Parts: sequence; C-alpha cells; structure tokens
Amino acid sequence: MSVVATQNTKVSAETETGGVKNWKNPVIYTVLALLSVFLIGIRAPEKTISLGISDGVRWFQAEPLQINPQVYGWVAVVIMLALAAYALVTTNTGKLLGRWVAPLFWLTFVTGLLVWAIGSTAKPSLSLVSLLTGAVALSIPMIFGSMGGLLCERSGIVNIAIEGQLLFGAFSAVLVGSLTGSPWAGLLAAMAGGVLVSSILALFSIKYLVDQVIVGVVVNVLVSGLTGFLFARVLQPNAPTLNSAPKLPGFEIPVLSQIPVIGPVLFDQNVLVYLMYFVVGLIWFALNKTKWGLRTRAVGEHPKAADTLGVNVNRLRLMNVLLAGAVAGMGGAFFTLVSVSAFNSDMTAGQGYIALAALIFGRWTPVGALSAALLFGFSLNLQFVLSILGTQVPTELLAMLPYLVTIFAVAGLVGRSRGPAAVGTPYVKE
Amino acid sequence: MSDKQPAAQQVDPALAADTDAPTPPQDVPSQLVETQKPSLFARIAGGSIGLSIGAALAAFIVGGLLIAVTDPATQAASRYFFARPLDTLAAGWSAAYDSYVALLQGSIFNPNGRNFTQQIRPLTETLTVATPLIFAGLAVALSFRAGLFNIGAQGQIILGAIVSGWVALNAGLPVIVMVPLILLGGIVGGAIWGGIIGVLKARTGAHEVILSIMMNYIAANLLVYLLKTPLLQREGSSNPISEKLGENALFPLLLGPQFRLHAGFLAALLAVAFVWWLLNSSTVGFRLRAVGANPNAARTAGISVASGYIVVMALSGALAGLAGAAQVAGTEKVLSTGIAASLGFDAITVALLGRSKPVGTFFAALLYGAFRAGGVSMQVSTGTDIDIVLVLQALIVLFIAAPPLVRAIFRLPDPTGAPRTKKKKSASKAVEAAA
Repeated sequence: MSVVATQNTKVSAETETGGVKNWKNPVIYTVLALLSVFLIGIRAPEKTISLGISDGVRWFQAEPLQINPQVYGWVAVVIMLALAAYALVTTNTGKLLGRWVAPLFWLTFVTGLLVWAIGSTAKPSLSLVSLLTGAVALSIPMIFGSMGGLLCERSGIVNIAIEGQLLFGAFSAVLVGSLTGSPWAGLLAAMAGGVLVSSILALFSIKYLVDQVIVGVVVNVLVSGLTGFLFARVLQPNAPTLNSAPKLPGFEIPVLSQIPVIGPVLFDQNVLVYLMYFVVGLIWFALNKTKWGLRTRAVGEHPKAADTLGVNVNRLRLMNVLLAGAVAGMGGAFFTLVSVSAFNSDMTAGQGYIALAALIFGRWTPVGALSAALLFGFSLNLQFVLSILGTQVPTELLAMLPYLVTIFAVAGLVGRSRGPAAVGTPYVKE
Repeated sequence: MSDKQPAAQQVDPALAADTDAPTPPQDVPSQLVETQKPSLFARIAGGSIGLSIGAALAAFIVGGLLIAVTDPATQAASRYFFARPLDTLAAGWSAAYDSYVALLQGSIFNPNGRNFTQQIRPLTETLTVATPLIFAGLAVALSFRAGLFNIGAQGQIILGAIVSGWVALNAGLPVIVMVPLILLGGIVGGAIWGGIIGVLKARTGAHEVILSIMMNYIAANLLVYLLKTPLLQREGSSNPISEKLGENALFPLLLGPQFRLHAGFLAALLAVAFVWWLLNSSTVGFRLRAVGANPNAARTAGISVASGYIVVMALSGALAGLAGAAQVAGTEKVLSTGIAASLGFDAITVALLGRSKPVGTFFAALLYGAFRAGGVSMQVSTGTDIDIVLVLQALIVLFIAAPPLVRAIFRLPDPTGAPRTKKKKSASKAVEAAA
C-alpha cells in the first residue's frame, strides 16, 4: 500500500503543477459517449415512458411525466459528446478539468441508460415514488451494515463479518420477537445478536491477534452454520411460536411526508428507516465532532501515535467492534421485522458483502457509505422493477453493477478509495 | 500463523507484573516447564499435532452440546430436570452420540451395509466430495504462502466450471482427449479470473480481499446469466441449467459404476504433488514464498513483487478452476447455478486447517469431505441438520487459529517453554488493566 500511496501523491503533485496531462477521464468519457451513440441514441426504444410522480401526496396531483426515450436518448448523447470533447480539449491545453464535469457526465450517462432500460421493457409505466421508496427500504440492511463496518474499520479492524452480524441479528430478532410478541424486543435482540458476533471477532482479532480477515470469513461460516442448524432444528418445527415475529410499524411524519416525491420516499417509511437516519447522523457527528471520533480515527490511522498520547488502543477498538455489532444487528432486524416476518437460512444473501462494498465505494465516510448503499439499494430495486415490467436487459448484469463499480473504485479507475492506514494490523503494545 | 510468535514474546516480559494475580494450584507444574527445557511430551502436546487434535476435540464438544440442547427428546426430558436430572443428560448424550456415529458411518465405513460395496461406499463418497475441496484448498493455501488472501476461490471455481463445462458440452472428441481438454478449460477459466485480481492488485494496489469478494459475486451472476443464454442453456428448458454432459465428456470412474469416485481424485493427488514441488523445490515457489514472507526484502533481493502477485493469483485461480472442472465433469455431470455450492468458502477453512501446506491441505480436505459426506447421511438417519458440519468446520479453524485458547482449554503446555496461556491470559489482562 505504501508504494501506491507514494505514487498517488506524486501524480496529484504533478497534476497540480500542470506538468502531466491526465488523459484517463477524458478517454473514459469519450469511449462511453461513443458507446452511448449506438445504445441509447440509435437503438433507443420507441415506447414512451410514463413516470408517476404524485403518489402518496394529497395536495399535489400531477399527470405522470411522459418521457420519449428517443428524444431523451439523443439529448443525453449530445451532452455526453460535448462533455467528452470539452474534456479532451481542456486536457490537451494542459488545464485541469472543472469539478462539475464528472458528476454531470455520470448523471447524464446513468439517467440515459435508465431511460433506455425502462423504455425497452414490455410496459414502460411506473411510479417514481414507489421505485425510490423500495430502493430506500432495500438499502436499510446495507446502510446499517456499512455503518457497522465503518465503526470497525475506522478504528483499524477489518470487518468481513458484517454478513454474519446481519444474519445473526435477523435470527435473534425473529426468535425474541416471536417469543415476546414485541418487535421492539426483537430489535433489541437483533442488536444483542450483532454484539455477540462482534465479540467473537473482537476476541480473536484483538486478543488472540488472529488475522482479522480470516476471523471475519470464519465467523461468517460459523454464523451461517449455526443459524441454519438452529433454524432447521428449533425454529422450523415450532414456526408459529418461534418463527413469526410481529413487524415493526411504519408511520408518516406529518408535514414532511407531503413534499412531492421526496416526502413519501423519505418520510413515509418504516420506523427502522427513521432509526437509520438517526444512527447515520449520530455516527457522522460522533466521528467528526467528538473526542471519541478523533480517537477512533487516530487509532485507525496510527495506533502507535494514539497510544503515545494515552489512548488505550485495544480497549477503544474493542468498544467500536462491539458497537459495530449493535449497529449491523439493527440492519439484520430488517430481514425479519420489516421485510418478511420469518427467518430463513442464509436469508441475508450476501448483503453484508455489498455493505462492505458500499463502505469502500463511499470511501469510509458515513455520508459516502450512506450514498453508496442507497445507490446499491436502488440498483437492487431496479432489478425487481425491471423484471416485473418485463425487461430485455438481463437482471444478472444489473446485479453485477455494485460489485463492478466497487472494483473500479478500489482500483482507482473512478477516483481512488483508500482505507484507514492501520486497518487489518493488530496492535501490540511495545 | 507466524504472527502469534511476537504476541507470546510481547506478553512474557510483563509476567513479572503478574505475581499478585491469583495463581491456581494446577499452574505449579507449568512453572517447572518454564524453567526446564520443554519435555518431549510438552513439545508433542503443545505442538501443532496436539493443537489440531485439541481444536477438533473442542469443536466436537461444542457441536455435541449444540446437538444435545436442540434435541427434542432432551428438551422433553429437561422439563422434569430437577426430578430426574440424569434423564436429561442421558438424552442429550445419546442425541450427540448418535449424530456423531451417523456422521462417522456416513463418511468412512457403514457396518450396516448389506454387502461390502455398501459398507465401503461412504469412504468413496468422502473421497469424491473431497476432490474439489483438495483443488480449491490448494488454491487458497498457495495464495496464503505468497502472503495473499485469495477469498475469491468461489468465483474462480465458477469460472473454471463455466469454461470446462462449455468445452465438455461442445467438443465431441473421444474421452482420452476430452479429459485433459476439460481440465485445461478449468485451468484457463480459473487462471483468468484469479489473474484479474492479481493484475489489479499489482497495478493499482487494490486490496485482494475486496477484489476477490467482488469477483465472486460477479462470477455468480455471470454463471446465471450464461445459463440463460443459448450458449449454455439446455434446449427447451426455461431453467438456468445446461445439457447433461455426454459420456465422452465425463471423467472415468475409478472403482466402477457402483461408486461415484472419479479420475478427478487422481488429478487432485497430482495437484498436491505439484504444489508441494512448486513451493519446496522450484525457483518460482521460492520467489512466491519470499514475496509472502517479506515483500520489501524480496524487492530488495531483485524479485518482482508485482509479477509475483500476478503469477500466484493466476496459479491459485487455475487450481480453483480445476475444482470447477472436477465438479462439472466428475461429480455433477451438468452445469447448474449451484455448481460451486460453498466450495470456495470451505476451501478457506481447508487451507487454514491444513496450515497452508500441500499435504496438510490434502488431509484437511479429506476431513471436511468426510464431514460433508457424513453430514448427509447423518441428517437422513438422525435428523440432525447438516449445517452442524459448518459449525464444526468454523469452530475447528477458529480454535486452531488461536493456539493460546486451545492450550488454555486443555491445559496443554506451551512448546516454546513459556508458561501456560492461562497465566499469559491473566498477564495480558494485567497489562491491559495497567495501561
């Protein structure tokens, strides 16, 4: 990593002085814009898309938006070509690209693709509100999971065990929720379940100094086996009493939910979503504005320095790993207290790994991870919606997208994503 | 596991601070071990063999408890636990005992079989199930030795299965040509998928763990996608499954048609020998180990670390790809979405249990193959869910990864002559408390 870091600083130093022309982005833009000419320009679908925008808002009733994919496709193509040309010219004269170019380009490209994909379905009529609402709901476990990962990794512990924390959270939620009949008890149990998984991670990685990636992977296998075994042996035979938890309620937030589009999407949701806003906000605040946050970041970047200044590195790491379990466990509750009310073996289906991807794609920051998880949730929901609408686009290729963009992100093709310096290294006091 | 050594040394100097900690009377013999040269018993009991046995024992005890506690008969008996506690214990014991006996009979030798074929069948099943585990375990072990964590065996197995499956379905050649060709397909598919990780790691410095997790999911989706295209999908089927492989494309059976054991097992044995030679007697292997042991030193010595990463990931991927080939043309005889099952993740535990050594990995794969094969018949005959096997697998690795824990549980002496972990643990606690 150190080699890469030095290369990276060298490149940025050179671009600052304008010594080296960075052709990477202009070339990417050009290639994508030219591809778009053929796909979303020439091969644009003919059916007009009808996009509902006023669902769930009482005072605002509007006709669905009618989008012609051919018109929109060509507009998008022209914008992309213009941006690519601009990028090529600017780079050639040795100037730096403005910061507005990249977001504008990617926005045009992605919306262009979306319009093309929706337009080429059998019946291109959908509600924007329900598309986005579903996306937010589906991203809950990923958001909680990535926040759990963030708490661990910012203090220097790799958390591959997010998957296990989610799964065990889901399991304990359904068990306690069914036994007590209270979804709130289930939620607490989910947090406790996550903490339990975390404590294994902490015991082996902090105390016994076992490689953190190894512990994470093995803990995932352990949780998968344990919950699968208990599900088949205990939950399934007693399904009515042990495997049918009441769901967490959802409610509307009075005024805010009446904002068109955004209102119903963000403020007419399950209570777990509101909890998610709170947790993300809290983590952002705590990480950036409190003593604990400063110490956590210090321990994640340079534990020795932090130790020298009197921070108990391993105790802080232990605390953060346990906290991470509680947060990720809440995400697990989504599966059994919000989505469906029964547990099934391996029901998290790799979402813990997507959460990890979101954390990395979001560059280890709360807001970044939140946005990335929302993006992945959107792409997940888009797969469902498109297959309901009868798409020709293979949903498997869509399903690959989160993983592909994560690879691009870590490989530095789309910006560079670098984690805390000390992540993965156990700290031994000398 | 070398990172355990400094830990032990870390704690030792602090032992002086431990004098006021309460010392259990059992600790007295360990003081002798501490002052004297470690005895032969200490070295065997505390060394890797003793640890492995201890870890397995601890895992079986935990697993047995789990079976006992979840057993309906035990639960029924526990309702009158305070009246007749022995009933509960007996029921729990028999539940665990029966399950483990069934596991053993399903994996090695079934004395209830009607003839010898049926009696010995479990052992051949174990070897069959172990075959892909050997390949994939070697793949992960090889990457470990070069200091890389190839979590992506799953994806490499899938790619190996895709390419070898495509070859098997499309090349209508005699079996003598087909078998090497299918194996080559597995090698190519896996090597490409692993090589991508290696190239990205070498060129951009991206972490191989993240890359390989992502590549796993891309591979899984790619497999489903391809199984829905005319390239691989069975004609007239709407399910994502390929045609059945033709007779010419199947690995020859080693013990006749009564058993499923196929030539892939021999190939796996060859792979063990190859990896052993590669690591211990070849220049490439020496370079890989050097890169794994200390990349900076290797670089100083003129070994290209970047190309080392690419080579080892391609080799590792090739081995995992062979597992995919063995699955398609040996065990499953068809390409389906579940072709790789959870082999890639099992392989990680196999390599860890085998301590990343070729022969160790081989025996670890046999053990886990036995778990898998025996688990199926255990589930049928005793109703103990096969997922308990995953628990055992994970626990064994966890225990092995943390030698101090196992030594503490079984009160084994530390082979280095240092005092026992029980003491070390309290010592490290004291250090933590003091800090």
